[in-house]
Amino acid sequence: MKLTKTLLASAAAVTGIAGLAYAQDMSNEMTIVSWGGAYQNSQQKAYVEPYVANNSGVSVTWDESSNEAVAKLRAMNEAGNITWDLVDVVAADAIRLCDEGLAMEVDFNEMLAEGDDGSSAEDDFGDLLVSDCFIPQIVYSTTAAYRADLLPDGAPAPDSICAMFDLETYPGKRALEKRPINNMEWALLCDGVAKDEIYDVLGTEEGQQQALDKLDTIKDQTVWWSAAAEPPQLLADGEVIMASSYNGRWFSAIEEQDQDFKMLWDAQVFDLDGWIIPAGLDEASLNRVKDFVRFATDTQRLADQAAYISYGPARASSAPLVGKHADLGIEMGPHMPTAPENSKNVFVYNYEFWADYRDDIDAKFQSWLAQ
Amino acid sequence: MASTTENVQPSAGFRPTTGFYVGVTALFGAVFGMLVGNAQDAPLIGLIAGAAIMAALAFGLVASGQERISRWGMIVLGAIVGYFVADVAGAIMGALSGWFFGWLIFWLAKGRYRAHLVPYLTPGQVLWHYTFRVICGAIFVFLITPILVVMPLSFNAENFFTFTPEMLQLKPEGYSLKHYNDFFTNSDWQAALKNSLLIAPAATMLAVGFGTLAAIGLSQPTVPFRRAIMAILISPMIVPLIISAAGMYFFYSRIGLQGTYLGVVLAHAALGIPFVIITVTATLVGFDRSLTRAAANLGANPVTTFFTVQMPLILPGVISGGLFAFITSFDEVVVVLFVGSAGQKTLPWQMFIGLREQISPTILAVATLLVAISILLLATVELLRRRSERLRGMSPG
Repeated sequence: MKLTKTLLASAAAVTGIAGLAYAQDMSNEMTIVSWGGAYQNSQQKAYVEPYVANNSGVSVTWDESSNEAVAKLRAMNEAGNITWDLVDVVAADAIRLCDEGLAMEVDFNEMLAEGDDGSSAEDDFGDLLVSDCFIPQIVYSTTAAYRADLLPDGAPAPDSICAMFDLETYPGKRALEKRPINNMEWALLCDGVAKDEIYDVLGTEEGQQQALDKLDTIKDQTVWWSAAAEPPQLLADGEVIMASSYNGRWFSAIEEQDQDFKMLWDAQVFDLDGWIIPAGLDEASLNRVKDFVRFATDTQRLADQAAYISYGPARASSAPLVGKHADLGIEMGPHMPTAPENSKNVFVYNYEFWADYRDDIDAKFQSWLAQ
Repeated sequence: MASTTENVQPSAGFRPTTGFYVGVTALFGAVFGMLVGNAQDAPLIGLIAGAAIMAALAFGLVASGQERISRWGMIVLGAIVGYFVADVAGAIMGALSGWFFGWLIFWLAKGRYRAHLVPYLTPGQVLWHYTFRVICGAIFVFLITPILVVMPLSFNAENFFTFTPEMLQLKPEGYSLKHYNDFFTNSDWQAALKNSLLIAPAATMLAVGFGTLAAIGLSQPTVPFRRAIMAILISPMIVPLIISAAGMYFFYSRIGLQGTYLGVVLAHAALGIPFVIITVTATLVGFDRSLTRAAANLGANPVTTFFTVQMPLILPGVISGGLFAFITSFDEVVVVLFVGSAGQKTLPWQMFIGLREQISPTILAVATLLVAISILLLATVELLRRRSERLRGMSPG
């Protein structure tokens, strides 16, 4: 009996020590994949620098490969050689990676911190948890901007996204993203389809053709961009008179680079960006990543990020903490896509629609572009 | 050409007609006027005005007979007109145009265009002679312009790839060294530079070592399957880079070399070896084998023979091959994107992501520095080549 107790006690002690050792068994190196530019810089300042300050000895390497994250993760999986620890992707990519088993499923309440207001992580993120693998960070929007000085004399300032399709009032080149998402919706919207019927129409062959026909009217006046850094450059050069890009890029060009652009918030399309953890990480790396993600997605960190870039924090509890820009000292609230002034007319993006139709419409769009 | 033509006597008695030089000058004036007019949205007016003004100038200046004064006058006139059109930059462009037209008028009027040509050429052949030169010049401009545009833009004071109005007016506030400053102070760029400076020399050493040995071995007539081996060794130069890169990615992943410095160095060495083999093989063609036999006859073993006799003579080929291998590694982006991981980010990789994610003129500053380095390296190659030819007695100079 005594022996058994001793055995049990020592077994418990061993387990305890092992558990302790397990908890401390964390890799000291992390490779984080993101988008580069101002966005990655905001993550560096708001998450990584404070985290490294609290955990000396940890080193973080950035890889600016989020653009081709899906393809690269597939290749890594095939080669059996996962070299990334944490990957920043848009929600649509996260859904694809999750479906293919390339991203790890996450128990949000267990892994993420509670909100500052005491709400559980799932309640705090609310509707933004669009996939079991996806940990949202920010809400951004794709929206248009224009150069007032390049518009023809006497033309009224554009107040609707349909200015993009109005070559008569606003002659000149415009820049749109080289993919169907957003462009197809805007085309239908400006072709007279009611906002809440757009995805029904776009689900049909005729509807897709209708959208492409509308885009066809501006095709030879359109410059197609693939990297979000291009449209501010095109607009600054005067190569185009209006362009679509992410609202953070416009903020950076207008407020930080003093470019004379005007924002056109009409029919801005909200989208989400966040983390996924690649499936198949080894134990030590996974422990480090979990520890980092818990820290980097807490209420304060998400609010801090808004001091460097005009993207809205994904937690409801972060919104009241959003303050001023770190360098310029201007209030960030009015520059958020979610600010009431900017979100009078928001277009709600349908993830499920695009998850189902993306490959099909992508192919049609690309062959239309090539015609 | 302008500086020498003053002293050249045109062939005796040859003088083009007034109509010829006035007409040709008017033609050039019309093209020039159309280009200037196009910038002011009036190409047709520019065309007519340019032709008329240049025809009048050609006639008047030649009639005056004062060549030196006329040509200086053209430069001053061009500068003044240019200044009123587009400020300082306009004045410089105007002075250059004035110099060109002054030179053109007298070159045509005095018949200097025939001075260096054999006298029996027909007018058509003379025309073709100069047309050919203009075509060659146009091709040269086509090749070099993208590189030349990058250089002034790298001194841009703004964060865009744009010639600002201040830059075009040559005002100092339009220019700055901030992108160079960014390159030398930004830790991302410095880490990339450090990686490039680690990887490129290591890859070059390997490529030079293996490439030279392979070239010497393959130049022995006794080696079987020489052509097949040669073809395999230079295949990295022929196979599309993306294919090599994808293959290397999967192969290196399996053997644990993907994402390591050693992996990137080995991959770049494989890309550099063909250059070394080709240059060293070319040098060996001119190498006199009786020298090695003489060395052997004097009692030297093959290793001593190689280092004291053969190596010094083929050294220029080895070095130029090495420089090509170095530039290959230093400029390479496709293979490193596959074989490297973020820890081995090289300069071209950093430029690639910088261009895609954030169009920052720092890339242009780096590009300008790389162009300067490449020119230095290629000039070295050329000097070595000349030395090698001199040593082998192929050219007297």
